[in-house]
Amino acid sequence: MTPREVVAAVVDPEIRVITIDELGILRSVDEDPATGRVVVTITPTYTGCPAMDVIRADIRRALAAAGHPDAEIRTVHSPAWSTDWISERGRAKLAAAGIAPPAPVRAGNVVPLTLAVRCPRCGSLDTEQVSRFGSTACKALWRCRSCSEPFDHVKAL
Amino acid sequence: MTSSFDFTLALGDDALIAAQRLGEWTSRAPEMEEDIALANIALDQLGAARLLLTYAGELEGAGRDEDALAYLRDDREFRNCLLVELPNGDFAVTMAKLFFLAAYQLPGYTALAGCADERLAAIGAKARKESAYHLDHAALWVKRLGDGTEESHRRMQAAVDQVWPYTHELFAPWPGAPVDPATLRADFDTCVDAVLAEATLTRPADGWTPGGGRDGVHTEHLSYLLAEMQVLHRAHPGANW
Repeated sequence: MTPREVVAAVVDPEIRVITIDELGILRSVDEDPATGRVVVTITPTYTGCPAMDVIRADIRRALAAAGHPDAEIRTVHSPAWSTDWISERGRAKLAAAGIAPPAPVRAGNVVPLTLAVRCPRCGSLDTEQVSRFGSTACKALWRCRSCSEPFDHVKAL
Repeated sequence: MTSSFDFTLALGDDALIAAQRLGEWTSRAPEMEEDIALANIALDQLGAARLLLTYAGELEGAGRDEDALAYLRDDREFRNCLLVELPNGDFAVTMAKLFFLAAYQLPGYTALAGCADERLAAIGAKARKESAYHLDHAALWVKRLGDGTEESHRRMQAAVDQVWPYTHELFAPWPGAPVDPATLRADFDTCVDAVLAEATLTRPADGWTPGGGRDGVHTEHLSYLLAEMQVLHRAHPGANW
C-alpha cells in the first residue's frame, strides 16, 4: 500500500465507521523526494476537537507498521473544514450507522439553515432537534417523531 | 512586544476564561442536553484559545507556549475582558454572558478572517463557524426565557441588566490592531436589539462602563478562577496526562 492508502484507511476515533479520508480531515499525504519521509497534513473538524491527538497517534502507528517510522504530521486550519468535504461514501457509512449525515452548507450562511433531517432508522422526515450539541463537537441530537428513536446528526458546518 | 501580540493575547484570554467558566456548568446544567451543549461550547472556546495563545507565544518570541501563557501568568498579566470572568450566576446570567460574548465574537472572528495576518485570518475563519452556533444557542435561550413565564422573564431581564455594563469594554477602540473592536459595535447592536425585542426584553440604558481587562486590571473573580485553573500545573510544572 502507498503511504496515502495507509493513512486514508485510518478510522476516526470518535465516529469509528468512517475513515479520516472520508471525513475530509485528511488534506494531503506527500513523500519528501530527497529523504523519503512521509508528510501528512490534517485539519480538525472543530478547533477544540479532542480527538486530534489520537488521530495523530493512529496515523503515526499505521505508517510505522507500513515501514514509515519517521512520518511528519502537520495540522492546518485554513481553509477551515466543512461538512461538504465528507465524501459520498462517508455519508452513506454515517447513515448506515444510524448517524444522519449533514445537509450541504449553503454559501453565505455561516449557520446553515437546517432543512428536514431524515431519520437514519426509519427514513421519516418527521423529525425534530432535541439539542444543537451532541455526543461529539460535530454532532447534534435529534429525535424521530415517527419511530421515536433518538439519533445523532452531523451538523452542517 | 507588538500590538499584534497584545491583540492576539486578548482574544485568546477571552476564549480561555470563557471556556473555564462554561466548564463549571458541567454536571450542573438544568437539563442533560444543556450540560452537553455548554461543555461543547466550552470546548470550542478552548480550541480557539489554544490556537490564539500558541500564536501569541510565537509573536512574542520569548519561548512561551500555550501552556506557559495559560498556566504561568498571574491575574494582572491576563488581557481578557471582564465580561468572561464574571461568575456564572444563575442560568439566565450565564446565557446573557454567552449571548453578548458570541454577538461580539462572531463579527470579530468574521472580520479577523479577512485581516492581513494569515495565521489570524485562518483562526478567524475557523472560529467564526463555531461562534455562529454559540450565538444561535444563546439567543434561543434568551428568547425562550425572556418570552417565557413571568418568573423567567424577570430573571432574564435582571441578568441582561446585570451584565450589560460589561459589554462596552468589548468595543473600546484599539487603533492599529488587526481588527479594531470599535468597528464591531454596529453588528453587535443590530443582533442584540433584534434578539432582545423578540425576547420581550428591554435593552438597558448605557451608564456605568466598567473596564480595565485589556490592561490587566480585573475583578477579584479572575484571581479565584486562575487559582483553580492553574493549581495543578503550578504544583507539578510540565504535568502531562
